Amino acid sequence: MRVLAAMSGGVDSAVAAALAVEAGHDVTGVHLALSPDRQTLRSGARGCCSVEDAHDARRVADELGIPFYVWDLAERFAADVVEDFVAEYAAGRTPNPCLRCNEKIKFSAVLDRARALGFDAVVTGHHARLADGELRRSVDAGKDQSYVLAVLTAEQLAGAVFPLGSMTKERVRELAAERGFAVATKADSHDICFIPDGDTRGFLARKLGEQPGPLVDAATGATVGEHSGTYGFTVGQRRGLGVSVGDQRPRYVLGIEPATRTVTIGTADLAGVREVRTGAPTWTGPAPSLPLRAAVQLRAHAAAVPCSVEASPEGLVIALDQVQRGVAPGQSAVLYAPDAERGDLVLGQGAVLRAG
Amino acid sequence: MTYLDHAATTPVLPEVLAAMTEQLGRVGNASSLHASGRAARRTAEQARERLAAALGARPSEVLFTGGGTESDNLAVKGISWARREADPQRRRIVTSPIEHHAVLDSVEWLAKHDGAEVTWLPVEPTGRVTPEALRAALGDGSDVALVSVMWANNEIGTVSDLAALAAVAHEVGVPLHTDAVQAVGQVPVDFAASGVDALTLTGHKLGGPMGAGALLLRRDAACMPLLHGGGQERDVRSGTLDVAAIVGLAVAADVAVAGREDRAARLAGLRDRLVAGVVAQVPDAQLNGAPLDDELAGGPGRLPGNAHLSFPGAEGDALLMLLDAREVECSTGSACSAGVARPSHVLLGVGADPDRARSSLRFSLGSTSTEADVDAVLDVIAPVVERARRAGMSRA
Repeated sequence: MRVLAAMSGGVDSAVAAALAVEAGHDVTGVHLALSPDRQTLRSGARGCCSVEDAHDARRVADELGIPFYVWDLAERFAADVVEDFVAEYAAGRTPNPCLRCNEKIKFSAVLDRARALGFDAVVTGHHARLADGELRRSVDAGKDQSYVLAVLTAEQLAGAVFPLGSMTKERVRELAAERGFAVATKADSHDICFIPDGDTRGFLARKLGEQPGPLVDAATGATVGEHSGTYGFTVGQRRGLGVSVGDQRPRYVLGIEPATRTVTIGTADLAGVREVRTGAPTWTGPAPSLPLRAAVQLRAHAAAVPCSVEASPEGLVIALDQVQRGVAPGQSAVLYAPDAERGDLVLGQGAVLRAG
Repeated sequence: MTYLDHAATTPVLPEVLAAMTEQLGRVGNASSLHASGRAARRTAEQARERLAAALGARPSEVLFTGGGTESDNLAVKGISWARREADPQRRRIVTSPIEHHAVLDSVEWLAKHDGAEVTWLPVEPTGRVTPEALRAALGDGSDVALVSVMWANNEIGTVSDLAALAAVAHEVGVPLHTDAVQAVGQVPVDFAASGVDALTLTGHKLGGPMGAGALLLRRDAACMPLLHGGGQERDVRSGTLDVAAIVGLAVAADVAVAGREDRAARLAGLRDRLVAGVVAQVPDAQLNGAPLDDELAGGPGRLPGNAHLSFPGAEGDALLMLLDAREVECSTGSACSAGVARPSHVLLGVGADPDRARSSLRFSLGSTSTEADVDAVLDVIAPVVERARRAGMSRA
């Protein structure tokens, strides 16, 4: 195959590109420049696509003897990922920008352009298994990225290659070291790449400005505090509420209402949900017949819980077998068919509209 | 492999390789007083004389540097500073928006950090700076530190009449620097006859080594040093002379200038066939810069090896990648260290719209170019352009 290897400058995409070369594919490396004002050097383990990262990626490509280019997707990324991120928070939801980037950038803008230029597929260093059109969890449960890939359609997955899904991160680093890649020991990137200092609330405050409003206790309806913007909160959040209610029991964010700038908080017993409603789902393969039994994961790095899924006029109704906390509108409800042997199969996902 | 990127760098000439290899085997610092030092100095000075002779300069006007970028920085900053020291009124630098970044960024640095003012010269749609435009920009010249205008543009290959420009600058007592990196060996360049006060050249565009260049600087042109130290080069440039590199530069310049006329005729013929063939297959391709047969003051008005074309609806980046995959090596313009393609400042500077600026390719022919190289491009250009157009002009 003629494949395009998306190379961030990190160890995963370096090894993915190497494995594609070793598998006999005709590989071209591409680094995606996603930030309009790229830093010369990386700062810490956060952030991405600095000029130094591009250099790291190019070093690997040169060692592999493959062509290497930088594609400037900063405008697309700003419009499809960053603006979406800000707009979602402004609407009281909690977006997942990595999912959006996979959906709109890596397996849309990049894949479309790659196909137009004569490539068959895009290779990335995502930790997920993909074979015969079936997307499954990585062997490395701690590094599994199937959650942020679940939004991809069969058509997108047909143009994707994930060489790392059947190995652990430790093994990826070994393979990098065996090949003499300097990035073998490079720190993993964390958090949101376009918020290099990790301060999401500060980032949103710069974008949206101060929007003070009340913190209301759900049990009494009393205003128990002030906040500087609903965008600083996520449903299910416990830390950083900045209030102490008389009974000293921990409080969780139960709801966010941007129109009145109201953040409702309550005790743990009020924070649990048994039912999740989503918008129109996407499926990684042919749409399954509903209702069905599945497992649902309600945010990145959460455990999946057994559930029953039914169709609704707006999308899906997901009845959870066990009560869950921290189900935030805007997050993706990813449905899996559990399979301990071959890895849980990703069926599809829908964006959470509300939960109760 | 079809190498059509001689404006980026050229293959080292066999004569250069031999001369440098011989010199690299010898010990000796050209500033040392013993026999080894004397031998090194003799070799370096012979090279200086040879380079000077090839370019119509006096040996004392040759300052060896680390390349074109250093020469441009030295001329722009050093002459500006010297002029301002002599008369604080002289804060203005007159230059064109299509200069190489070594000049542009030096000028902009002086503007940002050193109180310089910049007057941007209007450029003809072909990329030429006219004497009339310079005269208008200079005024009475009393506040001008320096004029810097490139002899030939590195992207679109347009040549300006530097003798005429220097004469205009001298009418009001202003010195003129020219970046002649692309011009030397391609069009007639005679330092003394041109009247320019400072001229940048570099070895690796001539079949010489990288990291070796020179600034030709008139004996009466004041210039402050950028690199302080041993004062090896007329107290304007310090640093132990890289004798092997200097030898390579001098041999390359000599060979390039001596063979210029024949080579220019041959390259122009190849280039004309390349452009005609591309346009025959891609009828809406647009030639950027001066017409192929343009003439100027008795020489070519366009570099003979330069073909710079825009392909509407296709991105230069995609064209480059697709040609690279077919073993044809060319460029979208000047290389960018960060690797992110930007619309060419040269095309924008001559008034092209950003899409045209982003859809361009530069083929630059040189001493090793052959009919087969032209054929290789013509064999693949139509499908490459078609495929690049399918990928579109999205910023993806």
